[in-house]
Amino acid sequence: MANKFIIATAPHMHNPHSTQSLMRDVIVALMPALAVSAVVYGLSVLYVTAIAVVSCVLVEFLIQKYLIKGTPTLGNLSAVVTGLLLAFNLPANIPWWIIVIGAVVAIGVAKMTFGGLGHNPFNPALVGRVFLLIAYPVQMTSFPEIEPVVGGIVDTFSGATPLAAVKSGAMSVTDANLMSLFGGFNAGSMGELSATALLVGGLYMLWRRVITWHIPVAVLGSMAAFAFIVALMQGGGAELYALPLFHLLAGGAMLGAIFMATDYVTSPMTPKGMLIYGVGIGVITMIIRLWGAYPEGMSFAILLMNAVTPLINKYVKPRRFGVTTAKK
Amino acid sequence: MGVLSAVILYFVAQKFKVEEDPRIDEVEKMLPGANCGGCGFAGCRAMAEALVVRDDISALFCPVGGAECMKKTAAYLGKVAPEKEPTVATVRCGGVCSKRPRTNEYNGTKKCSMAAAFYTGETACAYGCLGYGDCVDACQFGAIKVNPETGIAEVDPDKCTACGACVKACPKGIIELRKKWPKNRAVYVSCVSKDKGAVTMKACKAGCIGCGKCAKVCAFGAITVENGVAYIDSQKCKLCRKCVNECPTGAIVLKGMDPLPKEPKAPAAKPAAAETKSAEKKESVNEQK
Amino acid sequence: MKTFPIGGVHPSDNKKWSCDKAIEVLALPDVVNIPLGQHIGAPATAKVAKGDKVLTGQLIAEATGFMSANIHSPISGTVTAVDLQPNAQGLRQMMITIKREGDEWMPEIDRSAEIKRECALDSAAIIAKIKDAGVVGMGGATFPTHVKLSIPNGCKAEFLIINGVECEPYLTSDHRTMLERGEELLTGVEILKKALGVEKAIIGVENNKPDAIANLNKIIKEKKFAVVVEPLKVQYPQGGEKQLIAAVTGREVPPPPALPIHVGAVVCNASTAVAVYEAVQKNKPLIERVVTVTGKDVKNTRNLLTRMGTPISTLLAEAGGLPEGDVKVVNGGPMMGRAMVNIDSPVTKGCSGITVFSGADVRRVPTSECIKCAKCVEACPMGLEPYLLQRLAAKQMWEEMEVERIPDCIECGCCQYTCPAGIALLDYVRLGKQTVMGIIRARAAAAAAAKK
Repeated sequence: MANKFIIATAPHMHNPHSTQSLMRDVIVALMPALAVSAVVYGLSVLYVTAIAVVSCVLVEFLIQKYLIKGTPTLGNLSAVVTGLLLAFNLPANIPWWIIVIGAVVAIGVAKMTFGGLGHNPFNPALVGRVFLLIAYPVQMTSFPEIEPVVGGIVDTFSGATPLAAVKSGAMSVTDANLMSLFGGFNAGSMGELSATALLVGGLYMLWRRVITWHIPVAVLGSMAAFAFIVALMQGGGAELYALPLFHLLAGGAMLGAIFMATDYVTSPMTPKGMLIYGVGIGVITMIIRLWGAYPEGMSFAILLMNAVTPLINKYVKPRRFGVTTAKK
Repeated sequence: MGVLSAVILYFVAQKFKVEEDPRIDEVEKMLPGANCGGCGFAGCRAMAEALVVRDDISALFCPVGGAECMKKTAAYLGKVAPEKEPTVATVRCGGVCSKRPRTNEYNGTKKCSMAAAFYTGETACAYGCLGYGDCVDACQFGAIKVNPETGIAEVDPDKCTACGACVKACPKGIIELRKKWPKNRAVYVSCVSKDKGAVTMKACKAGCIGCGKCAKVCAFGAITVENGVAYIDSQKCKLCRKCVNECPTGAIVLKGMDPLPKEPKAPAAKPAAAETKSAEKKESVNEQK
Repeated sequence: MKTFPIGGVHPSDNKKWSCDKAIEVLALPDVVNIPLGQHIGAPATAKVAKGDKVLTGQLIAEATGFMSANIHSPISGTVTAVDLQPNAQGLRQMMITIKREGDEWMPEIDRSAEIKRECALDSAAIIAKIKDAGVVGMGGATFPTHVKLSIPNGCKAEFLIINGVECEPYLTSDHRTMLERGEELLTGVEILKKALGVEKAIIGVENNKPDAIANLNKIIKEKKFAVVVEPLKVQYPQGGEKQLIAAVTGREVPPPPALPIHVGAVVCNASTAVAVYEAVQKNKPLIERVVTVTGKDVKNTRNLLTRMGTPISTLLAEAGGLPEGDVKVVNGGPMMGRAMVNIDSPVTKGCSGITVFSGADVRRVPTSECIKCAKCVEACPMGLEPYLLQRLAAKQMWEEMEVERIPDCIECGCCQYTCPAGIALLDYVRLGKQTVMGIIRARAAAAAAAKK
């Protein structure tokens, strides 16, 4: 017979998903937020994003090709995702060389030193961002003024983020314009502007089964609950609802909960573990935001919980089939 | 506070201090330190402990260090050194690509253990070398490699320490530890196929068909044919090489020596003294018949 | 809609290729090869020798002990050999070869089409008849049915669950059986109920087979059977015994070594129920079965009623031959079936289908690094962590694998199916399971020896 028989053990079918397709879905999910940012801050957003993505991809390529002399695996698009997420954590007016340094730290230090995709203990984009935040605090926290793109809709804002304004006492949470936070017309990093756009991206990833609901819900839920309890202890009043809502919508909460904390490599493997991890992030974020030195604590919280992930993986096991709490 | 802690730590350390025979450290240093498990213990340290603790160490042997290493340790401990003939791992499959055609393509994980648990392999032979190199992974000494041209594992006898890791790793039971002759000389049946001759022939032109010609010609009773496959006992074999010429499929492999000329009376090219004697003796036996 | 509680995947079911093809009777083969080991347990012992004449349905190999099954001749003719032959995977296996002469049946077998509903036998007599007929589970696991029906001391059967799930993609043999032989199936279920002494019998069917569900319900209503049909949400591996019990009753079988009977359930395959009917009411041993021959590029997909021992190549020829180029011929379905080297190997009791893959489907997807996406953990129906087991197996850390409950694994393949990095998770997990089970058995044997 002319046929050649191919032999392998079962299963003989495979899911259409691949690492590449999952990463592509994440990129698609980031697009609405990028679009909002571009509308608000203008073309410089696209310029920053392009530099971040290109430098991340280039750093990964150069390291794989010349430093470890392996086959470059750019096809899995993970460097593109890292570049996008790094860009989302930067102000739109940041000098280009800072972006490149961020990319080198993100890919070179946080990812490739540990063995590349799948082996990094910390979220590369966040390591890059935190490095820049500490090394270049001025450039990282001065945001451009928002220009009214579509005539007269948006008031020109000062360069301080709502979180920083609240922290310094310049604004109270009840003053904050929640609708504006929802829509995306506040100063901030490129990707954290619009909660709506980020939510749309998150829903897309849920629909495509890229992520599960556990981490985002745990992060946001615990943040809201924490803020609610704090407001309650401070006497309630108008803040009772304003404080939780403000913290959910302001700063990097949405970006962190939906895109950063859900990074596959650095988050736990079991649903229960994901919930613990999410709650940890939420609580640490709120502690830093309310009582820490920085106005925003999302990045630190995620990196701290990344460090706990291996421990969670070791001790939090999935429910074993046949072992039910309510036994007959 | 600090001083107090230091004092506590000191006492705790004293209390839990393990009393150990200092000779164990010394013996461990004499062992090769490969931790290969070839001696049957978990590592060189465990072997060293056994060597020190046991009075009779005749059952203990480090295949890597060999007789010399054992002599040295035994002398140090004042015990009788265990004796063992050196052996070498031998891959008993001659089914190279040209002689054993591929009938299918294995697309699963390239591990012998997995392929063997599932099916016979890429050729029609159910017993031959799969060539995915579980033995290579098991070898700590870089002594075994899969030759990409033949698709079969090959042992470098100079590097092989006879630790036996590859023997355990091979799911087909092809690798055997055989007596190691000087200059890496060897005669062995390079096939373990239990199939009937016709089935073996169809699958592989280099297979043993169990015809038994070699057993008939052997003067030392070293060759047995069982389950359709010949086996040469390396303890009984004297390397006379008669069987090599008898084998119709070339399944009996000769290494490190020239084959006997086809005419049995002409003396062999340059055999070692012991072999010449035995070969001559054997020939005379044959002549008498 | 009910389903099982943990994990699972949704492969496209690909049943459209063959689900509307009615069962056809395949022409009698000229030569059959009957393996002595075609069930779980000890291989049967041959009762015939070369040169013996046999009739269709005659016992040719007897069960070796309790955990084994009888084997009968599927054709009449002369035994030409009892010898080692390569099976579908090329491994040498003892087989009885029979050359056909006519088609002469054993006289006691009732071959009429008339359906005999009344069964006056008691439980023990029914089980004895099933044992004599060599009936085994026909879903693929081939567990001897009489062993399943013999309830161990201290246990009580409460439910009889009939597995009409057929969760394997492509396969349609159970589907067609439920559709075309519904009444025989239901009669078989009633007999099984009697054998077990249970009141409740539930047929679990995935709702991608609405016609089968409707047909069974119609017959139940018209002919007054005390059987319930439970439509289930489509999800693989619902046909797994433990998954099906959980889906239908909500009870979870505890981890090994517990058996389904410990939650009061006995599961039989739908085709097995028909075989039970034939064995008990018609004295007909298990000598033929429905085999689906399917595949995207198979010209003439079929559901064929085939005598055991027929070479699979005959079935493939009947379906229009193999497609051009590289192919993967799988005995069973795509999720758990076994790829074949030797297509001249025979149809056996557990062979529910032959699936042919061609083109891009024949090879596995390329492998890349694990990105810890947790999809395998999400998919595992037993609540294991396949990514972890794979790593441990690659490092040969067998003890740690046992701690990670590797014996629970049912080898359903969900993890490997779902892995976006294309890692051969199940290859490693399977190796680990085999090794660990060997260690556990060795330990048990050592403990037993120490007791003595």
